[in-house]
Amino acid sequence: MPPSYKLLRTSTFRLAALYLLLFALSVGALLAYVYWNTALLLERQTDETISAEVQALADQYRFRGLQGIIETIQRRSQDDTGSIYLLADDAGKRIAGNLESLPAAASAETSWIEFPLVVKRSEGTEEHVARAFHTDLEGDFDLIVGRDVDALRQFAGIMRSTILYALAIALVLGLGGGLLMSRNFLRRVDAITAASHTIMEGNMAGRMPVSGSGDELDRLALALNQMLEQIERLMLGMKEVSSNVAHDLKTPLTRIKAMVESALRSGTSQEHRDALEKTVEESDRLLQTFNALLSIARAESGQSRSGLAPVDAAGIVADVFELYEPLAEEHGGVLKMDVSPGLAVKADRQLLTQAISNLIDNALKYGARDGEAPEITLAGHIEGDKVVIAVGDHGEGIPPEERSRVTERFVRLDQSRSRPGNGLGLSLVSGVMKLHEGALVLDDNHPGLLAKLVLPLQPAGG
Amino acid sequence: MQPMALETVNPSSVRPSQEPMRILVIEDDREAANWLIKGLAESGHVADHAADGEAGLHLAAEGVHDVLIVDRMLPKRDGLSLIRSLRDQGVRTPALILSALSDVDERVKGLRAGGDDYLGKPYAFSELLARVENLGRRPADKPLETRLKAADLEIDILTRNVTRAGKPILLQPREFKLLEYLVRNAGHIVTRTMLLENVWDYHFDPQTNVIDVHVSRLRSKIDKGFDEPILQTVRGAGYMIRAT
Repeated sequence: MPPSYKLLRTSTFRLAALYLLLFALSVGALLAYVYWNTALLLERQTDETISAEVQALADQYRFRGLQGIIETIQRRSQDDTGSIYLLADDAGKRIAGNLESLPAAASAETSWIEFPLVVKRSEGTEEHVARAFHTDLEGDFDLIVGRDVDALRQFAGIMRSTILYALAIALVLGLGGGLLMSRNFLRRVDAITAASHTIMEGNMAGRMPVSGSGDELDRLALALNQMLEQIERLMLGMKEVSSNVAHDLKTPLTRIKAMVESALRSGTSQEHRDALEKTVEESDRLLQTFNALLSIARAESGQSRSGLAPVDAAGIVADVFELYEPLAEEHGGVLKMDVSPGLAVKADRQLLTQAISNLIDNALKYGARDGEAPEITLAGHIEGDKVVIAVGDHGEGIPPEERSRVTERFVRLDQSRSRPGNGLGLSLVSGVMKLHEGALVLDDNHPGLLAKLVLPLQPAGG
Repeated sequence: MQPMALETVNPSSVRPSQEPMRILVIEDDREAANWLIKGLAESGHVADHAADGEAGLHLAAEGVHDVLIVDRMLPKRDGLSLIRSLRDQGVRTPALILSALSDVDERVKGLRAGGDDYLGKPYAFSELLARVENLGRRPADKPLETRLKAADLEIDILTRNVTRAGKPILLQPREFKLLEYLVRNAGHIVTRTMLLENVWDYHFDPQTNVIDVHVSRLRSKIDKGFDEPILQTVRGAGYMIRAT
């Protein structure tokens, strides 16, 4: 498509053209109204004056006879007001008035006539236009009363051409402006299109240009940029995860392979048995890791949103407490619960339970300093328009700079590497929170870790 | 209290309490099907095999099986549609759905289609066997008895009274529910997952074995002071309450 044609097809140009059409129509109507009310009105007024004069002269003739009308005409003809009078006999010869002879336009009957008028000036003669009323008086006299309307006609002409020029200028300016605006718009849209193409070609760091004016295109570009950032983050996450997955799944697989191969080489049935048992153990762990990864992926993709239903989180918390309380005791510690009633949230009971379980599991694993018994608190309260479910412990905690990192998949802090676990617990919690439009917030419990699940509070009855 | 060794039994020693069943395995993966059929035969059951959805529907519609094991994804007709069509024909044979899609949503879909239980792949054979045998017993279940008995243990569902050899035992509500489930399946293995699903209504795999602690609490209440432990741990499989 040629560029100029493309320009005409932009929505801005079409809008501008439509606007221009409406504008021209209204300006045209306005000017027509003005024309009607000035030029035409003046002409009508002239006509009315002439009619009135004709009437007056006819009356003169009727009441005062020929002499009376002649006198009046002669008197009036002397004023240089541009008025035209002629009283002629049946042969067309002038009896009185300032017009030389009966104009050719004057036919037999009574009518409005227009005829050229030669006006003598000091520097020569000019031809003007005269408009007059021609009537027959009794006794075969012709009476013509008129005005020099040249100035009027010139004025009307100027007005007409002014109106046309004004319309033409408005159209040209409007079209030009529309084209200019469209070109500006088009240039920005082209820039966005070009940016999209570079991104599609694989340059994920590319962004939409933002002009900084804060207009609707900027808003669009900003929204697209936010989307791109999220996509880029997800893609980076994916890359990282796939390398982590490769590592965390390959390591146990390699172990299994080595174990089985060495068992195959050696002969005793006891060794075979041991290798098989270890293989089952390792594959169970692998499966657990794999399932956890799938759960996280599902939670993060938001597919399970359909499972969200309005529930009282207090009940969910109480159930988890009941499930874990004996386990905490078995670890020689205590699990305490402090929960307010009426924690209305929209949640998937299974996933939320799993998230809280993971936090309690973590607290049981890492929530106590060496030699101390874990003391874990499970709390649930309303804070503003949020429901906060918090699991607190008195362990080593997580240093502030590490807090954002630990929710990433497979991340394990150095001090916990020696203990069992796959580094997916908090990732799952974080994924579940994303699904619930909530957040996992890690805080200092002075001392220890305070892990908070922050969920939007559902309005009562909603 | 009895030493641990006495509470733990091997699966083989609890086998005889199970009546042999005729089971239809509808599974397209030949390897997996053979493994299942072999395992079921070793456990004293008779297994038939169908390798696709149409053949499975045809065999299952005869109504001669005690339990159906149905893979979720099958050639020709998928597992859910198979079960739905069976139910439409009035065939009520209990069905266990096997699926690699182990999520709660999928589970709900499976049960809604008329399946009776759902097991995510991969699974331990002991888990599958416990569930299949549990399903096979269901039709025989007397319509919700209010008094249950296992050996010298008696529980009253209505009054929530529990006695062992006439001596009253005090239980927490959840412990009561746990015991009720175990006693309803007295003489049969129940797995940890079955307990988690049926007593707690949780369908995920907790990282730690929380169930064991609950069972050992219950055990300390019902077995303490008695010579014969009634609540047994079946190694590699789960738990069992002795029926006699």
